[in-house]
Amino acid sequence: MAKEKMTVAAAMVKALEKEGIKHIFGYPGAAICPFFDELLHSEIKSILVRHEVNGGHAAGAYARVTGKPAVCVATSGPGATNLITAVASAHMDSIPIIAITGQVVSSLVGRDAFQEADITGACEPFVKHSYLVKNAESIGEVIKKAFYIAGTGRPGPVLIDVPMDIQKQEIEFEYPETVEIRSYKPSFSGNKLQIKKAAEALRNSSKPLICAGGGVIAAMAREELRRLSEMCDIPVVSTMMGIGAISTEHRNYYGMIGVFGVTTAKLALKECDLLIVLGARMSDRSVTDSEVFEGTTVIHIDVDPAEIGKNSRVNIPIVGDVKKITEQFTEELNDMKHTEWQDMLRQSRLSGGEKAADGLCCHNAAYVNPKSFIKALCAALPSKCVICSDVGSNQIWAANNVELTEEGLFITSGGMGTMGYALPAAVGAKTADGSAEVVALCGDGSFQMCFMELATAIQHNINIKIAVFVNNYLGMVRELQDNNYSGRRTMVDLSGSPDFLKLAEAYGIAGETVYTDKEAESAVKRMADSDKPYLLQVMVDPTEKSLIE
Amino acid sequence: MKHTISILVENNAGVLARISGLFARRGFNIHSLAVGVTDDEKVSRVTIVANGDDYTLEQIEKQLNKLIDVIKVRTVKPDELLERELILVKVSCTAQQRHELISIAKITQAKISDTSVDSMTLELSDSQPQLENFQELLRPYGIKEIVRTGTIAIQKGSASLRI
Repeated sequence: MAKEKMTVAAAMVKALEKEGIKHIFGYPGAAICPFFDELLHSEIKSILVRHEVNGGHAAGAYARVTGKPAVCVATSGPGATNLITAVASAHMDSIPIIAITGQVVSSLVGRDAFQEADITGACEPFVKHSYLVKNAESIGEVIKKAFYIAGTGRPGPVLIDVPMDIQKQEIEFEYPETVEIRSYKPSFSGNKLQIKKAAEALRNSSKPLICAGGGVIAAMAREELRRLSEMCDIPVVSTMMGIGAISTEHRNYYGMIGVFGVTTAKLALKECDLLIVLGARMSDRSVTDSEVFEGTTVIHIDVDPAEIGKNSRVNIPIVGDVKKITEQFTEELNDMKHTEWQDMLRQSRLSGGEKAADGLCCHNAAYVNPKSFIKALCAALPSKCVICSDVGSNQIWAANNVELTEEGLFITSGGMGTMGYALPAAVGAKTADGSAEVVALCGDGSFQMCFMELATAIQHNINIKIAVFVNNYLGMVRELQDNNYSGRRTMVDLSGSPDFLKLAEAYGIAGETVYTDKEAESAVKRMADSDKPYLLQVMVDPTEKSLIE
Repeated sequence: MKHTISILVENNAGVLARISGLFARRGFNIHSLAVGVTDDEKVSRVTIVANGDDYTLEQIEKQLNKLIDVIKVRTVKPDELLERELILVKVSCTAQQRHELISIAKITQAKISDTSVDSMTLELSDSQPQLENFQELLRPYGIKEIVRTGTIAIQKGSASLRI
């Protein structure tokens, strides 16, 4: 391909096309206008969100559905700073997004110009890498590198800040075919000796356990995990980011571990003699070192060497691509049976104790039980579905009750715990794959941080389904105050919230309010059957617990 | 424990901010930091002296390696290390004291870089303990100003840190 004369803005669009980008989520402003102007001539669809942060979340969910970097765009100054929470959320959860921001003209950079913000500086702690484009000719190389960095190794956000005058500058452009960064070489296959050692440890184990993290999903290693778990008869638990790494309905799956995990998963963690941590970073919310018995052998498999030994001790570290290593590991092994161990865990799962602990009984019948609501919803959905959840009690209800097959995805803000995530994430997920049924499970607190995105869904015909759990409380904080602050409730009462059904109506979205479990059963079916956006306002007991007592 | 970490980095804008930001936000303490270009103008070498236990050091190295602009990181054991730091000290100096200061300079192998009617500026490049000692010798004369470059270090013997 020969070089062509064009503006940097046109080159940016061409570069995105070359990277296979079909959609971008964005919000305009003067400093990014040259780029949007060029986008008019492209097949790439631009989706106007109603707040930049939601563009970032939408891109994040888009990337999680496609497995490839997705793009969000904002203008300089406040547009860019509004993106930061989304960039930080993507960083915490290792989501590959490319955030493109306009910047004030080069000659004004550093002079506190109108709508100037040092966004590369401000985002430094939250990006895998960032570029402030000073040389117009470098734009192709910068974008090529950005996609390469965002999408390989441990995925993460990359920011590209482009001053407005640079966007307008004319250059001779050719998008590079290849990329080479001498200081960035993510490792791929795992050390063979370490894998042999791990296989030996597994052969010597009578109570092995796999803890699957978001890394399994990011590496698209779900199939490999299932094969390993089935062939070697290994129980699987997951972190919150790892939900869906194996079908939640798989007989070997015992649920989520951690502060908000389920009894059997925690029991498994405590009792196992070999723990295979697969693409998880052992964060403080999932595993504390003291939860893993000292005598337990820990195999930690992760693409990021910095995660190994950071939060938890490890006996056999293996660095590399989780998919590749799980494959290599499985090749070293033969069929195994751990009947006694599995029986013990199954017994625990079946026992009435867990049901009570997980809140499926002792429920106030005047309200909808959110836990059984989620089960009923999942039963009504096709197997190819994406469940997006917010943060708060609703996230825990979702995490512990969502039912997914191999085709399903659970999308939530795990590391940052960003409220107002579910709706924009649903917008992104549905845009990425129209054939999947996408549901946003929202808390009434979270929903009020992002409900303006209903307009985005309507404007761009994005057919998402929404359930808002309404209890007029910031439930998780309320619960915390009840438990740890002698019930002194403050700043958690959401009085003044609107009727969300009327709100939906105002956007032209149909829906219904659900007061009881019985109503919920048929309502979720009506929602699933609707070929337009649909909102369920789900009335929940204000004292509904998220924590397991 | 004090560690001396040598880092080869791409000579890109913002690389120092990325490194110092990383130290700050992860709670790693920087004792000193020195940076300069290498024989390859595209590559700079940063020498950081930092405090921390083995866990901290391991994390520092791993986190540094994650920065895209960082090419190589190496921490060399203290006994295999040749360390130097440059100090400039301006002291008060009367005509009568000049000879004393000249003899201190001679003993310590410091250079006299500047003199005025009532001051003298001495310059010494040495390892840290020697510099501390040098400072103590000059203190009685009245230190007006001190500037130190931060430690730079190179591995003893033929081993070298290159790309």
